[in-house]
Amino acid sequence: MYSQLVDTGAKGKPSREGMSPEEAAFQDRIDQDITVEPRDWMPEQYRKTLIRQISQHAHSEIVGMLPEGNWISRAPSLRRKLILLAKVQDEAGHGLYLYSAAETLGVDRQELLDALHSGKAKYSSIFNYPTLTWADIGAIGWLVDGAAIMNQIPLCRCSYGPYARAMVRICKEESFHQRQGYEIMLELCRGTEEQKRMAQDALNRWWWPSLMMFGPPDGESVHTQQSMAWKIKRHTNDELRQRFIDQTVPQAHYLGLTLPDPELRYDEESGHWQIGEIDWSEFWRVIQGDGPCNRERLGARVRAYEEGAWVREAARVHAEKQAARRAA
Amino acid sequence: MAVTGGAAMSDASKQFEYLLRLGDNALVLGQRLSAWVGHAPVLEEEMATANVALDLIGQAKSWLDLAGQVEGEGRDADWLAYHRDAWDYRNALLVEQPNGDYAMTIMRQFLFDAFHLPLLEQLAASGDERVRDIAAKSVKEVRYHLRRSSEWVIRLGDGTEESHRRTQAALDELWRFTGELMAADAVDQAMVEQGLGADLEPVADAWRQRVDQVLEAATLERPGEQWMQQGGKQGRHSEHLGYILAEMQFLPRAYPDARW
Ligand SMILES: [Fe+2]
Ligand SMILES: [Fe+2]
Repeated sequence: MYSQLVDTGAKGKPSREGMSPEEAAFQDRIDQDITVEPRDWMPEQYRKTLIRQISQHAHSEIVGMLPEGNWISRAPSLRRKLILLAKVQDEAGHGLYLYSAAETLGVDRQELLDALHSGKAKYSSIFNYPTLTWADIGAIGWLVDGAAIMNQIPLCRCSYGPYARAMVRICKEESFHQRQGYEIMLELCRGTEEQKRMAQDALNRWWWPSLMMFGPPDGESVHTQQSMAWKIKRHTNDELRQRFIDQTVPQAHYLGLTLPDPELRYDEESGHWQIGEIDWSEFWRVIQGDGPCNRERLGARVRAYEEGAWVREAARVHAEKQAARRAA
Repeated sequence: MAVTGGAAMSDASKQFEYLLRLGDNALVLGQRLSAWVGHAPVLEEEMATANVALDLIGQAKSWLDLAGQVEGEGRDADWLAYHRDAWDYRNALLVEQPNGDYAMTIMRQFLFDAFHLPLLEQLAASGDERVRDIAAKSVKEVRYHLRRSSEWVIRLGDGTEESHRRTQAALDELWRFTGELMAADAVDQAMVEQGLGADLEPVADAWRQRVDQVLEAATLERPGEQWMQQGGKQGRHSEHLGYILAEMQFLPRAYPDARW
């Protein structure tokens, strides 16, 4: 997802034995669905895990501005330009809320940004794919924001208060984004032959990477059980992925598009759409830095940061001068 | 200084020209600004820049729709934005200048905002109700634009040595495009006579006052008397506009039968 691989410091199912009295009391409160607030005592691993998860999420919002920002200047109508600009601006806002939520855990934005720029912190693999046609803007809204919502709705009930509250605000906006994306796809699919071709091509390229957004399969997702015990994750990767597939396949059919999976079939018995094998080697390759746009994306963020250094410095120095003048 | 452009036009076509100027200024500057999104110096500035760009493109849409209405040939804002070549664009040269560094972008914005606000304040009292409505809505937005760009000019001018140098350089570079904003031609004069448009003399006074005040607070030096470039308002642009339009208009031009 936006946070696909979050190390909890613990593998497998956590056990009550070996917990300190404080940890046991903490777990009791989690089990009773009592929200954890910044001043409450929390296990160090819980705090660290949340910082990782929230910052991965924040970085994804910020890096995610780039593939779509790429089409603002070329949006095909003024209305589409306004909608896209507002959407990308929302993502910047999501980044801000999330960095603030992370700051309640005792890190500052600067540390988190340093970790992103050095390549140490991760962001969602999905943003390392290129946006090649206007249909990609539709496909991203429909599929990427769609997958984000699937993951984030349960996080509105996450055990950590500031994160849960940030998710409530974010989810509302993400569902707008998804609708707007689907609307772009609809318009294309009702349009000319070239527009339909554009829409199909975008689906072909974004389908599998969207499914990878949910992270590795449950069998390989060693940190899921600890995160679920802490209620900072409410469902497993495969559960969420399946929900997304079941929601999205009929939407694709409604558009008259074909999903790029010859093995896709509806299983009457379970009532679920079953997909072919996901190419996990691609997932790991992109996570490790060799996706089509990893270098461009991180490079663009680092460049913006470095080229903005003199601006931030000027703002800081000016504020100091002002404060000194007021004091004098 | 009066330029003779537009002397032979009918009243309706002068109105059309005038509305294109308003719309094209907002559109071209909004297009320029939106290129910062994802690349700004700090996250808060991503949001602020996008905000200003959103306001301007929204205003452009209103002005261009009205222009199309006045023209009466069934062309709407999208048609006018996406299907005119550079020679039919009527924006001032200032707004099509490249983004450059953040000092250049901020200075371009400030020099424009300081003109835009008093212009819109007058238009908000226009004799034409449609103009009045658009201007009244835009004034609120542009008041914020000017406050923000003034603050940034001061911050950068009175910041570090480097930011001061960059901001002074931006001012020196862009100064030659400011005269055109307030140089009234036959179209401007006709609009004043019809009670539709703004008298540019008080706009120029307000502009000078604001600019002097902000430059002083920013410890920047106002450039000396110099030749002022002109032509954008009459459709004679710099080389930059062609590239802006090539990028912006690509899809509707490449797929003329498509709806989006
Ligand atoms: Fe978002
Ligand atoms: Fe979104």
